[in-house]
Amino acid sequence: MKFYMMHLMPYADLDLDYDQKHNSAWVTLPNSYYDPKKGAKLYNRYLDELEYADQLGFDGICVNEHHQNAYGLMPQPGVMAGALARRTKKVKIAILGRALPLLNNPVTVAEEFAMVDNITEGRFIAGFVRGIGAEYHAWSSNPADSHDRFHEAHDLILRAWTETGPFAFEGKHYQFEYVNLWPRPYQSPRPPIWIPSQGSSETIEWASHPDRRYTYLQTFTPVAMLAKYMQMYKAMAAGHGYEATEDQLGWSVPLYVAETDEIARREAQPHIENFLNKFLRMPKEMLLPPGYLSLNSMLGVMKAKSSIGTKQTIDDVMAKGMFICGSPETVRQKLEQYQSEIGFGHLLTLLQFGTLPAELTRKNMEIYANEVMPYLRDKTANAIPAAAE
Amino acid sequence: MRGGKGEPLLFLHGSAGASKWLPFMEMLSEKYDVIVPEHPGFGASDTPEWLDNVGDLAFFYLDLIDHYGLDNVHLVGTSIGGWIAAELATRSCEKIKSLTLVAPAGISVSGVRKGDMFMWSPEELAQNLFHNQAIAAAMPPPASEEEVLVLLKNRLMTAKLGWSPRLHNPHLRKWLHRIDVPTLILWGDDDKLIPAAYGSAYRDLIPTSSLEVIPECGHLPHVEKAQEFTSKVVNFLEGAAR
Repeated sequence: MKFYMMHLMPYADLDLDYDQKHNSAWVTLPNSYYDPKKGAKLYNRYLDELEYADQLGFDGICVNEHHQNAYGLMPQPGVMAGALARRTKKVKIAILGRALPLLNNPVTVAEEFAMVDNITEGRFIAGFVRGIGAEYHAWSSNPADSHDRFHEAHDLILRAWTETGPFAFEGKHYQFEYVNLWPRPYQSPRPPIWIPSQGSSETIEWASHPDRRYTYLQTFTPVAMLAKYMQMYKAMAAGHGYEATEDQLGWSVPLYVAETDEIARREAQPHIENFLNKFLRMPKEMLLPPGYLSLNSMLGVMKAKSSIGTKQTIDDVMAKGMFICGSPETVRQKLEQYQSEIGFGHLLTLLQFGTLPAELTRKNMEIYANEVMPYLRDKTANAIPAAAE
Repeated sequence: MRGGKGEPLLFLHGSAGASKWLPFMEMLSEKYDVIVPEHPGFGASDTPEWLDNVGDLAFFYLDLIDHYGLDNVHLVGTSIGGWIAAELATRSCEKIKSLTLVAPAGISVSGVRKGDMFMWSPEELAQNLFHNQAIAAAMPPPASEEEVLVLLKNRLMTAKLGWSPRLHNPHLRKWLHRIDVPTLILWGDDDKLIPAAYGSAYRDLIPTSSLEVIPECGHLPHVEKAQEFTSKVVNFLEGAAR
């Protein structure tokens, strides 16, 4: 198994009483709540944290894209990846990912990713997403065209990376007379592609197709759902006549580890609850614009008792396995059990979340890197030769 | 849906679709042959591959008018249906006898903010569509899974047509002067989705038009003030028929 540190770069200095006046930390929360002097410090602190992950022996560090919110200050993740490219030496750098349907010109992303891939001499992982629903409000992109635009932008980027240019591209949403990428990607034929998702069966079907075999990344989901979706990927792969490898399956989860279970829970509680109730807060209409899900999926969401808008506690998310929290022993046991049962090969941990301050983030990273990662690395390394034979 | 006898009246519905024969349709059908199609992509209609924007629907309805041989048709459209009707009439008024635009989407008036139906919850939507909150409160929620699916499908098509730019075509205002049939523009004075100020903008852009504002009325005059709406339309059509 490989270990990554994921960062959302929240605006942790947010006035948490904003919710007395505003119903969302996204799209409509006035940016007068953002103080550039505090933001500048946060950016540099967060970049330091990701660089520290390189020194601590993580396999990779991950940034991502969200627009117009306090939840994550990376509207242009390429800027972060560029800053990290020169300051890290060993880790892979993943952009998880760019929201393809929002793009007016997908070639910009083909270029940006190829540049990072070159500067890092191939330490780059490309992530493609549709973005969450709020992005379509923030970016004025039509959610009804989201799936179409995702697929077309993907096809264009793939061709730009792998075909000798110039070539013409004639799509419905994008048309080019000349596509001729300079630079070409460093990795051949292209960087690895990961597809983060929250469990859409259409996405799993698409990612697992033998033409792609992309790494499917399950984000922020109860562990029971994680198991179901990973199994779905394996079954779809088997249906196509091949066996999915662990390299095709990843899990992204917030995690906090401390000296004891009791200390971990006490230190993490206010910050994970801020993450859930203050930073992730938005009305359903913002999260699920029309077209974001298929009609049947949307119907399912409307029928299911949605947790959107209800207060969540640390106990809720710990019980569901949406947040891993405890002593090194507790965390080792849980992760080992989930990994052996579910068989994911990439573990992306969100080691800073919500308002978690710098010193606790560093402590979390250190205990995780020193007392959890090596144990799991040994355990899962043993399995690799057997699987490879 | 179709009912009544007389000159043909083609009614183009708004974003909520056309699933029910409403009281104003019944009243109009006493004098007119009222034809109420459901737009492609809405309700029980198929969603065709060619449907990308309101212009596509405008051409579709021009074809439909030809197909049914509807010469001298009275064209009435509300909200998105009004937008379609206006786009249609800029392309050709050859078969159109009169045009009635009821709080039509389609243009943007700088400095006058529209409401954002895509940000409103179902409760807020009902409240913001009506002036009379007793009507808003009495709007029944969807009664079955089929009705929820229709609601979601209509909302999806509305987004497809009107997400960006929000509920308008920046090019439409350039060509509204081409409309050369008698045109009535009707608006509720308390329209929170498309404010009544849009009514005077439309009136100024269509040379053959007049504007009537219905007091104490929201975005759906044909529902909220069905009687008053119908008599205004009938008066206008009878004038236009002469």
